[in-house]
Amino acid sequence: MKKLAIRYLPIALIILFWEFASRAGLVSQDVLPAFSAVMVRLWELSAGGEMLVHVSASLLRISSGLGLGIIVGSALGFLLAASITAQRLIQPTLTFLYPLPKSALIPVIIIWLGFGNSAQIMVIFLGSLLPIVLGAYNGAKGVENTLVWSARSLGANAIETEYQVIIRAALPDLLAGIRVALALSFVLLISSEMVGAQQGMGFLVAFLGDGGDYAGMFAGAFVISAIGFAADRAYLALYHHLLRYREA
Amino acid sequence: MTNTKIKFENVEFTYIPPSGRPVRALERLSLDVAENEFVSIVGPSGCGKSTLLYLLGGFLPLEHGEITVDGRKVSKPGPDRGIVFQHFALFPWKTVRQNVLYGLERKKMDAAQRDELAQKYIDLVKLTGFEDSWPAQLSGGMKQRVAIARTLVTDPDVLLMDEPFGALDAQTRGILQEELLAIWGLTRKTVLFVTHDVHEAVLLSDRVIVMSARPGRIKSTVNIDLPRPRNSEVTRSQNFASYCDEIWGLVREEALVASGIKT
Repeated sequence: MKKLAIRYLPIALIILFWEFASRAGLVSQDVLPAFSAVMVRLWELSAGGEMLVHVSASLLRISSGLGLGIIVGSALGFLLAASITAQRLIQPTLTFLYPLPKSALIPVIIIWLGFGNSAQIMVIFLGSLLPIVLGAYNGAKGVENTLVWSARSLGANAIETEYQVIIRAALPDLLAGIRVALALSFVLLISSEMVGAQQGMGFLVAFLGDGGDYAGMFAGAFVISAIGFAADRAYLALYHHLLRYREA
Repeated sequence: MTNTKIKFENVEFTYIPPSGRPVRALERLSLDVAENEFVSIVGPSGCGKSTLLYLLGGFLPLEHGEITVDGRKVSKPGPDRGIVFQHFALFPWKTVRQNVLYGLERKKMDAAQRDELAQKYIDLVKLTGFEDSWPAQLSGGMKQRVAIARTLVTDPDVLLMDEPFGALDAQTRGILQEELLAIWGLTRKTVLFVTHDVHEAVLLSDRVIVMSARPGRIKSTVNIDLPRPRNSEVTRSQNFASYCDEIWGLVREEALVASGIKT
């Protein structure tokens, strides 16, 4: 209980200072509305059902984009690790794509795919792909020979060994790659919604900001960070559950 | 004389590292191991003793010569040759029981039979009560016991052991050596056992093969004529000491060559 209090004390202090700075006129209320004003606006937007529409649009996009990224990325990573031919074929493209900031692709992809959901999903998919490919690849490459040999001499064939041992042993690295992709997906989701969408949290924040509703804009940003925080916590819980065998 | 179980004929192997010069690990090596025989291989570091085991396991491609088990050529890994590694190689995401069950999953038997058999071997290696533990929760000695049970439960024809006690502390090693002697007395597998430890080789084996420095060849063979069943008592005998001395001398010569002190 005391630990919890110490952990959240700084956050409480920041909120208090925020409220004070705004009310006391240290900063203009137009630029930084008081925390209480933001919460009031948050309540209004939520109660009217507007927030829910945007939250669900965003969640749909991020789960589709990241979901596709996980499926395609891990398949690609394991394939690269297993086959020299695949590695020669695919690696140059990946190496080329790696340093490119995926947000630079947003305008191009919107031109290609239009203003529907598919543009955002594509951006998130592309952005999440590389960390997941790398996680799967490094994990599979790092599997101890003796683990594979043990499985083979216990009667597993090459395919069973791939599924039951290599992919399983690569899981910690793959899961770490997915966590990076998850964080990246949020950035790409919001930035792609700001320019090419009529719905979603990125759109909402940009729209309210343009209209001068700064309290509403802060309320939107608050919801985005709350969702991001919750997603990361939930993911960490899953991560620790799946890898519980390591925590002896 | 009993039947030949394992036969190495003119086996050669060159290890090609990812970068750097190829290393000749084994040169024209021939060796016969009889059925139910316990043979140890000792030699200086880098003499190719483990390579020999990996070739028999089918883990490395054989480039020259032939290896047969019961007259059948070895070409890939198979459950007829069980192996135990120095660093255990347990599946960390499986519990003790699941590790032991792994080799039984592909065998035609029902679940109850599998569980019963797994339990029998878990009991044999004295891990009763640890069935649901993860490997990360076990000590090194316990992990190696799991690995031994996991291999023995599938009833392989031959047992390959690659410095299995090399990563354990002295007391644990002593205990496991005695347990291995007892288990071997029950199962009488043909065993090929690689070790650095001359004392261990003499205690366990019917025959000790001393390998030369790289490229590995057989330098000499010492038959260990000590009564069985054995336990650590045997190490106090005069014969035991003279076997150790003899083999130590042979290994030492090669170790000096390997370290460049003598040619």
